[in-house]
Amino acid sequence: MLEALKLGCVRGDRRLFENLNFALESGGLIEVRGPNGSGKTSLLRIICGLAAPAEGEIRWQEKNIRSLGEEYSGAIAYVAHQNAVKDELSALENLRISTGLAGNSLSQEETQAILTRVDLSGYQHLPARLLSAGQRRRLALARLLASRATLWILDEVLASLDDAAVELSREFICDHLNQGGMAIIATHQELNLHVGSSQRLDLSP
Amino acid sequence: MFWWLVWRDLILAWRRRADVLATLFFFVIVVSLFPLGIGPEAQLLRTIAPGIVWVAALLASMLSLGRIFGNDYQDGTLEQILLTPQPIYLLVLAKVLAHWLVSEVPLVAIAPLLGVQFGLSQNTLGTIAVSLLLGTPVLSLIGSIGAALTLGLRAANVLIALLVLPLCIPALIFGAGAVEASVDGTNSQPWLLLLAATLIVSLVFAPWATSAALKISVE
Repeated sequence: MLEALKLGCVRGDRRLFENLNFALESGGLIEVRGPNGSGKTSLLRIICGLAAPAEGEIRWQEKNIRSLGEEYSGAIAYVAHQNAVKDELSALENLRISTGLAGNSLSQEETQAILTRVDLSGYQHLPARLLSAGQRRRLALARLLASRATLWILDEVLASLDDAAVELSREFICDHLNQGGMAIIATHQELNLHVGSSQRLDLSP
Repeated sequence: MFWWLVWRDLILAWRRRADVLATLFFFVIVVSLFPLGIGPEAQLLRTIAPGIVWVAALLASMLSLGRIFGNDYQDGTLEQILLTPQPIYLLVLAKVLAHWLVSEVPLVAIAPLLGVQFGLSQNTLGTIAVSLLLGTPVLSLIGSIGAALTLGLRAANVLIALLVLPLCIPALIFGAGAVEASVDGTNSQPWLLLLAATLIVSLVFAPWATSAALKISVE
């Protein structure tokens, strides 16, 4: 279970949010809403443990994530605004290496199957710099499909995806939640996910 | 997971080999300019050779330090690497090992060849290789601290040099000292042992400092 207790964030001399509390159970979803600059990405980075909150804390299974370290990193998958795709590597290499780094090595066939699922088959041997913005986003999403993380933290995950890919991402986010996973998603679009427990977190000032 | 990161960086370096070759050519050219500029006085060249080879190696490594974390920082892969379930200390060691293999080992390999221009004996050429073999990992390790501290800053490369060069002075003194001792015909072993000690100290402390700097830079 993930809990945020009295979370506050300060960026420069601006206070983005304060006294933010939420809890996320297995199978739950949190949609983070708010205009540009309201602190959505800052919140997600705090939840990942990449940034420290100005006040308050995030707890994972009752323990502060800043004292958990690698144990917590193994439980989360983060798709940031940037795709974290290496231009010089092919789609196949990108996926195999990033999953290998995350600690679950995939075989060539498994990697291929995931790329087919995100509709990148046929492009797997091209250097990633030749892929379009949407295709690179799909490649970033493929990392989620390959990961065994419980908590997905997604930043503007539907940006630059076409209709088919948006539908596909909805589908596998739902699958993940139905299997007992959790997700925190920052978005401007309507997600329209039909899942049991979904909360909305509005960061507008 | 450690080897995945090393392997990844080696593939990336191979696909961008122009960067690596540029560093190597810089080293070759700087070292070769001195005999051309000073003229063919054998005794003088032999006296200044140790310092020149070492200083050139130091400057050449400065060129490549920005790449240790710079590219990964820009495309967002650095965050993903920091979020993998393993100690950051090990991740830093893997990055430094890859940087050493890619950018420093070629310098070590070519340095004895360049020493020939200075009329050095075979024995001394061997000492150059050994001293650089022990000294260049120190440059990569200390350099990684500077690279992590200057992530995302403008003119990062200049800042790295300003931060890192003073810290590399011990390695320079011991390394050049070893080669000088060998030119003079005295025992170079004490210098090499001191250099090895420097390597061990930086192996223990530098990754730790780099991890702390990375966490600050990414935040």
